Amino acid sequence: MSAREVAAAVLDPELPVLTLADLGVLRDVHEDGDHVVVTITPTYSGCPALDEMRADLTRSLTAAGYTSVEVRTVLAPAWTTDWISDDGLRKLAEHGIAPPSRIGRRGPVPLNLEPPAARVACPRCGSLRTRELSRFGSTACKALRACGDCKEPFEHVKEI
Amino acid sequence: MNAYEGLVDTGEERHWAFGTGFTAALSGVDRALPAEVDTEDLTAYCLMLGDDALILSQRLAEWCSRAPELEEDVALANIALDLLGQARLLLTRAAEADGVACDEDTLAFTRDEHEFRNVRLVEIDCGPGPGGDFAATIARLLVFSTYRLALLQRLTGSRDPVLAAVAAKGVKEVAYHRDHAAQWTLRLAGGTEFSRERMVAGLERVWPFVDELFAPHPVEARLPGIAVDSATLRAEVDEVLDTVFAAASLARPEVSPLATVAGRGGRDGVHTEAMGYLLAEMQHVHRSMPGATW
Ligand SMILES: [Zn+2]
Repeated sequence: MSAREVAAAVLDPELPVLTLADLGVLRDVHEDGDHVVVTITPTYSGCPALDEMRADLTRSLTAAGYTSVEVRTVLAPAWTTDWISDDGLRKLAEHGIAPPSRIGRRGPVPLNLEPPAARVACPRCGSLRTRELSRFGSTACKALRACGDCKEPFEHVKEI
Repeated sequence: MNAYEGLVDTGEERHWAFGTGFTAALSGVDRALPAEVDTEDLTAYCLMLGDDALILSQRLAEWCSRAPELEEDVALANIALDLLGQARLLLTRAAEADGVACDEDTLAFTRDEHEFRNVRLVEIDCGPGPGGDFAATIARLLVFSTYRLALLQRLTGSRDPVLAAVAAKGVKEVAYHRDHAAQWTLRLAGGTEFSRERMVAGLERVWPFVDELFAPHPVEARLPGIAVDSATLRAEVDEVLDTVFAAASLARPEVSPLATVAGRGGRDGVHTEAMGYLLAEMQHVHRSMPGATW
């Protein structure tokens, strides 16, 4: 396997249904002889998973026979949920996590005095009668919601 | 493997508290210093913005396990973590601009009170301990995140590529913090008479520290195109706060600003009494066991 294939298959530590490539944090894999340079970007400034990703990438590439591995981190361009691949969005939904909507380019951030109007479908029954329980969930990237029809709580990868 | 062995680090570079080698975080951005910049001023400016985030992060972390409900516990911890992440990047940049052999940990854990350049708003004790209140914490978060969002939005155009990149990431995070604080302000102001009284008192508690956010500072003036002139943020911040106050039927507090000491405030290392206690707690472990990892 090429170094790119190995790196692309590494799973995200916090959303292990996605690979780093699905999540859109894998920015570059460069092979130079037996030296591999992998470039990743953090999802949030304080994302504690970054060090885990670094270690997992080094471990997987070493196991695949690459003896010299360097993992670099870039800040720009900043990650947004739009970097999650279409495959990634589908996998999230399949695993009961409501995927983020696409945002597109944004200007100044408007003040929201109401809970987000964006309608999030329940990943279990598809109902749009869902409400936000907490804007901050088990990790920085997720909010907690509940479905008004099947009554189940579920996680939603919130748009940033 | 027993439970304790499971807690011990097995890989390399996996310590979270100390020794993360986090300078790697800046490795992909153009880290060259902008042309014709006074590195002492750039260091000071990175410390101003980094210390604001670090000290508020410490204050918010004090709510861990003590917030009024579980969801709020998680929310405040997440907000603290975002700010800590911003602080780490900014302190790393400060160390880099300074050019002496030190890093984010040295800056966070070994500086003394007069070397911290945060505004006094972030250091005052708004709870959860005695004398504090959740509503005061929300009032401070509302004011601070409104100010920081306006600042970071302008900083995305900075001539310093690292400040611009840190700002671009931070804008998305702080927008969530501001919404969170604004929505709590509405809930508390529109709740019971008691919750409303506490929201009003919370705003009065933090209001004397608001003017300092917009006081022009010589370091900003000496970094044209790199730093943001704080005074230019006031109109935008006032407009957002007035929108929240109008929706919550709250009046803007009428409290006089806290005086500076001969023109010097938090940005010059002149802090309130609360700062020493905060630093004692934040720095204790590192100072007792320098270089410890876990
Ligand atoms: Zn449902």
